[in-house]
Amino acid sequence: MTQHRTFPSAGAGRRTPRSRAARLTVLLAAGGLALPALAACGGGSGFDDEGGEAGGDLEILIGSSGDAETAAVKDAVSAWSSEAGTGANVSVAADLVQQLSQGFASGNPPDVFYVSTDSFPGYAANGSLFPYGDQLEDVDDFYPTLSETFTFDDQLYCAPKDFSTLALVINTDAWSAAGLTEDDYPTTWEELRTVATTLTTGDQAGLAFGPEWQRIGTFMAQAGGHLVDDSLSADVDTPENLEALTYVKDLLTSGAAKFPSDVGSGWGGEAFGTGAAAMTIEGNWVIGALENDFPDINYVVVPLPEGPAGPGTLQFTNCWGIAADSPNQEAAVDLVQYLTSAEQQMTFATGFGVMPSIQSVAEEWKGEFPEQAAFLDGAESAQGVPPIEGIADVISDFNAQIEGLKSGDPQATLTSVQSTLEAVAP
Amino acid sequence: MSTPATPPGTPGGGALPTRRELRRRELRRRGRRRAGVNRGQTGAGWLFITPMLVILGLFLVLPIFMALWVSLSDWTGRGSPFAATTNYVGGENYAELLTGGGLAERDFGTSIRNNLYYVLIVVPVQTIISLLLAVLVNQRLLKARGFFRTAFYFPSVTSSVAITVVFLFLFSASGAVNRAVAYLGVNGPNWINDPRGLLHIILGAFGVDSPPGALQEAPFLGVSWWNWLAGPSVTMTIYIIMAIFTTSGTFMLLYLAALQGISGDIQEATLVDGANAWQRLWLVTVPMLRPTTFTVITLGLIGTWQVFDQIYTGTRGSPSKTTLTPAYLSYETSFNSQQWGQGAAIAFILFAIIVVLTILQRIVLRESDVVPKRKRFRPTGEGGRSSVVPVGPPVVPVKPPAGGAA
Repeated sequence: MTQHRTFPSAGAGRRTPRSRAARLTVLLAAGGLALPALAACGGGSGFDDEGGEAGGDLEILIGSSGDAETAAVKDAVSAWSSEAGTGANVSVAADLVQQLSQGFASGNPPDVFYVSTDSFPGYAANGSLFPYGDQLEDVDDFYPTLSETFTFDDQLYCAPKDFSTLALVINTDAWSAAGLTEDDYPTTWEELRTVATTLTTGDQAGLAFGPEWQRIGTFMAQAGGHLVDDSLSADVDTPENLEALTYVKDLLTSGAAKFPSDVGSGWGGEAFGTGAAAMTIEGNWVIGALENDFPDINYVVVPLPEGPAGPGTLQFTNCWGIAADSPNQEAAVDLVQYLTSAEQQMTFATGFGVMPSIQSVAEEWKGEFPEQAAFLDGAESAQGVPPIEGIADVISDFNAQIEGLKSGDPQATLTSVQSTLEAVAP
Repeated sequence: MSTPATPPGTPGGGALPTRRELRRRELRRRGRRRAGVNRGQTGAGWLFITPMLVILGLFLVLPIFMALWVSLSDWTGRGSPFAATTNYVGGENYAELLTGGGLAERDFGTSIRNNLYYVLIVVPVQTIISLLLAVLVNQRLLKARGFFRTAFYFPSVTSSVAITVVFLFLFSASGAVNRAVAYLGVNGPNWINDPRGLLHIILGAFGVDSPPGALQEAPFLGVSWWNWLAGPSVTMTIYIIMAIFTTSGTFMLLYLAALQGISGDIQEATLVDGANAWQRLWLVTVPMLRPTTFTVITLGLIGTWQVFDQIYTGTRGSPSKTTLTPAYLSYETSFNSQQWGQGAAIAFILFAIIVVLTILQRIVLRESDVVPKRKRFRPTGEGGRSSVVPVGPPVVPVKPPAGGAA
């Protein structure tokens, strides 16, 4: 009996290390086997998609600004769907960038989706987007600056959905309280400085704008500066940009201009709405925001003042991207054609306050929204985000330095941004 | 199958066994017991843990290997990372981050700097506070102990997103905190948008506003010495305060459990030996809590190096990238900038940092197992026993199970 029991116990004694090793081997083997298996699956599904059946329903993914936009897009898509006889389903993304990334990685992205200017160059470069610009009927009707934003390697990849520009928003009550009249609306930098100083009181800043290129870039444009030159090469470290940053720094140090966070607000529109700022530099979206959150504010929208080199503003836009992996690109292009038509763009404009991306309805739009004409007038002198891969990182690095502009050195900022931009746009 | 529950048998009779024989029998007995339990149940055991192994393997181990591959590849985010279009690039992504000289390196260096200060402050402070809180709520004399335990633990069970939002409100330029300090006649800073480093502010108070020439060089990760020495920014201190506030309660619970495992006999013994309250805490309780301290510091290190959701909900790296952390930068680089390889590489460098620090900390805490002479408790006026206090991790006031059924 003792003999009998000795055997298994001795075996068990040795077994522990062996089984541990065995377990590890099993795990590693499983990992090793599963990796290629997964690779095979990933590759396989991609292969199927390419050779898959054409046609089928369209999946549309949008990053909506709110219920109004969602409803407008859904209505438009279902109108197209019943007309074209192709099923289409609109989903609202909780996090558009992340959901698109997952779609592209899995080889099964939505067919049609919003693409921001930030992510456009990356998606175009990695081949996720289907360049369909040459299949659109009236490409020349898009504002040229908008088309440029979505042109990569000399190809128009996607159709601008709509756009916004920046203008000067003025609180008319604060304006008249300071003894100013309509004639005093600033048209030059000097006048802007004067009225901002006049409007500045103990608990009200004259002017507020976000600490970012997306606002301060307007001054660079007015001074004749830009981020990149016509051949998309970095051109930040210029006397024009230095003049603009120095002017902004002066505004900030004099106290006439403040960043929204300095007055306890999240963005310029909030600072303006709460009365912490009498003027702000914002885009079309400020109209809806003020209507919702601060309905009692009386305001007027005027063009931004001209700088040493004339007028200048920035534009913001999205485009209708179509996935390179979409099995139904033909229907997708047809849908985009419909969504960017003059009639549909005017419907969107009345639905959720954007500006049509095509020039042919400009007058109609101004007739409908005369009080916002300043935004559309800016289109001619507007600069957009350059379509360069990696530009978003450079801009966010620029913004990080702009946040410290008040105590910073404008020249050092430009030098540093020039070198980081040269890395992506030589 | 022999019954596994059989208590270890009595030693076989016969002549008096030698010591060696006894030892052999003991070993045999243990082995037999283990074998008996294991043999029949191994299969069942594996069966039971298979679902967990499959789930962990599929959703944890495999993704880690995939991420490792991505960090070594030029995957652009389109299609499977194992497709033929993805190429192996070796350590290129790592090199770009560590020695690239560009924006990627500087951002990574900045994020490491930010997180380093965060860890350096949060881990020690939260460990000390949680220990003190645990000792406090462990007092038998304390009234309403239950209330205090709940109150201190409460921040830990609240979602970090909710707490972040509340903190951002509290610390906004015209928020409650600034109103409160205004009563004291202090002009509070603009917490959410103040990129100045604390050390820079202190240096500024002594008139050092700009970096001396020697500190302007940037030999390490593209960040100049002057900026390495910035300290946490004013905005980062919000997160530091928040982390201490929320996690101290969690670790208090760990300490509390450990404190309750210390038998009252030991406290009594030290009382008899004439130790005062401070000596009892510092020379008896704290050394006995060392295993818990190891756990608390390890968990603290891991948690603080991985800080992500507060940053994501809150400032997303602003102002001036002073709240950028490696975990958030990894997300940002991957999803927003489509640099998947670099994003994965950041995650693995972060992993390496955490592993190295944990090992270091383990070594440090293990070496101090031998109590230095000066720390030994000597009862006053007695030359007899030098150390009356049992010190070290294995000291647990539980009867040793070696004797088997007892």
